[in-house]
Amino acid sequence: MIISIASGKGGTGKTTVATNLALSIGTGVQLLDCDVEEPNAYLFLHPKFDETLLVTASVPEVDKDKCDLCGKCDEICRFRAIVRIGDTVLTFPELCHSCGGCMAVCPRGAITEGARELGIIQKGFCNGIEFIHGKLRVGEAMSPPLIRKVRSFTRPDKWTIIDAPPGTSCPVIAAMKDTDFVVLVTEPTPFGLHDLELAVGAVRVLDIPCGLIINRSDMGDHKVRAYADEQGLPILMEIPFDKRIAVAYSRGEMIVNVMPEWKEKFSALLQNIKRLANNPGAGV
Amino acid sequence: MKELVIISGKGGTGKTSLVAAFASLAKKKVLCDADVDAADLHLIMKPRIRERHDFQAGHTACINRDKCIQCGLCRDLCKFEAISEHFEVDPVSCEGCGVCVYFCPEKAIDFPVKTCGEWYISDTRFGPMVHARLGIAEENSGKLVSLVRREARKIAEEKNLGLILTDGPPGVGCPVIASIGGAGAVLIVTEPTVSGKHDMQRVIQLADFFNIPALVCINKFDLNTEMSREIEDFAEEKKLTCVGHIPFDPVFIQSMVKEKTVIEYEPDGEAGQALKKIWDGLVKKLGL
Repeated sequence: MIISIASGKGGTGKTTVATNLALSIGTGVQLLDCDVEEPNAYLFLHPKFDETLLVTASVPEVDKDKCDLCGKCDEICRFRAIVRIGDTVLTFPELCHSCGGCMAVCPRGAITEGARELGIIQKGFCNGIEFIHGKLRVGEAMSPPLIRKVRSFTRPDKWTIIDAPPGTSCPVIAAMKDTDFVVLVTEPTPFGLHDLELAVGAVRVLDIPCGLIINRSDMGDHKVRAYADEQGLPILMEIPFDKRIAVAYSRGEMIVNVMPEWKEKFSALLQNIKRLANNPGAGV
Repeated sequence: MKELVIISGKGGTGKTSLVAAFASLAKKKVLCDADVDAADLHLIMKPRIRERHDFQAGHTACINRDKCIQCGLCRDLCKFEAISEHFEVDPVSCEGCGVCVYFCPEKAIDFPVKTCGEWYISDTRFGPMVHARLGIAEENSGKLVSLVRREARKIAEEKNLGLILTDGPPGVGCPVIASIGGAGAVLIVTEPTVSGKHDMQRVIQLADFFNIPALVCINKFDLNTEMSREIEDFAEEKKLTCVGHIPFDPVFIQSMVKEKTVIEYEPDGEAGQALKKIWDGLVKKLGL
């Protein structure tokens, strides 16, 4: 079963929930940190990495000797990543979406697959948790292909927890798509509510059952609860503001280790998710 | 004219609250919300929308069932697995590359332009504001970011306003890159947590990569003073100015609930004072 942890607004506690939930499950679980722009889960779980993979995107390389400047590649490319100018064909690998159009259209087979570095994937273990994350190369704009690559390591025989990036556009979609349940972590503030509404919209486009966790639940106002009520979204857990939690987080410590009573709450959370995921229609 | 972009790497460090507070303090400026994916600045600014425009970008493939002979070429060519075995296009997966459209032997695939969102020019109690709303699950956020920044610049030029205050998105990817290119400076708002520090380091690297001068400030600094010191040391090592720190203060949430900036809500509180000091520092440092 694949559970994705998402939020809309950043800094609401996705990583806290993802890491503590994974640690509460203990064995037979993998955590995929798909927030590849700013992966943080490893700062809390300290996995021992035993494998690093370089991830690249396929980009065109033009063999000048074979190219007859017909311009078909320029014509098919929607992203201005390959352009014929005068008697030369220029490529702009950073604009390429790896659609393969230019290679398919070239009548002389003059375009071959080159590579643009997207980032790396690191794999390892910590306390029985299989840990995998992606790290986008700083300066690289496109995160979805790297996110999809991280997700390709999903193992159907395990619990898979996905730590998703913030927002509601393509990176989040890449992280949540085809997961079995989405946990939306929010905070009871106007910004939290506004971004939650957007996130719920995205989850509904993907047609995945979801539930909410309200973090720092005693700060702010009551509008998030009213919204959850009105939309029939189950509130799976509330985490009140607690300076001990904030300080533990700042140091990279886990709630379930610092305050062991939370272990039970995260185990109950998992049972709750299992029940809702097996009951299609719940939370949608 | 100068543009100051507020970014953070990590989400939830207080970018929008800081931009709102600076809006209370800065004199002649245009506000620009470049976090088009989860825009929040309007919740405090309560803009009166003067102009509303569709944002059109990219295309989506759409198979015409009457013409399709189900030859399967489009499925073979699509690198994004966007075409189902029943020859239906999943608009969420479709990258808009048009390869299927180009090769379809029956010309059975339409390729309409997508409307991916809306953008607005508004008035606020602090002056003009340009903002946008990216459609849910849409792409092209980078293009929309570039568009709102361009429009903000136009207004600043027309009205002779010397400053653009831009609220940036979290992360280091496409929308952030689009937010900082060509900016006068970026202010990185971080927090004293392992993630805050880690993400700040990556976003400093990004600013450096694109040659944009960066400044740092620490929000909620008293949650972990030791970590705050580490962040200051790191900034110093990178020869970046740390323009100040703000204490953890519930006034951030209280003022947000009241749809006010921290400066409007409690100008003389600890957080308000800290924000004023940071703003004065920015004015001096950047010649705003």
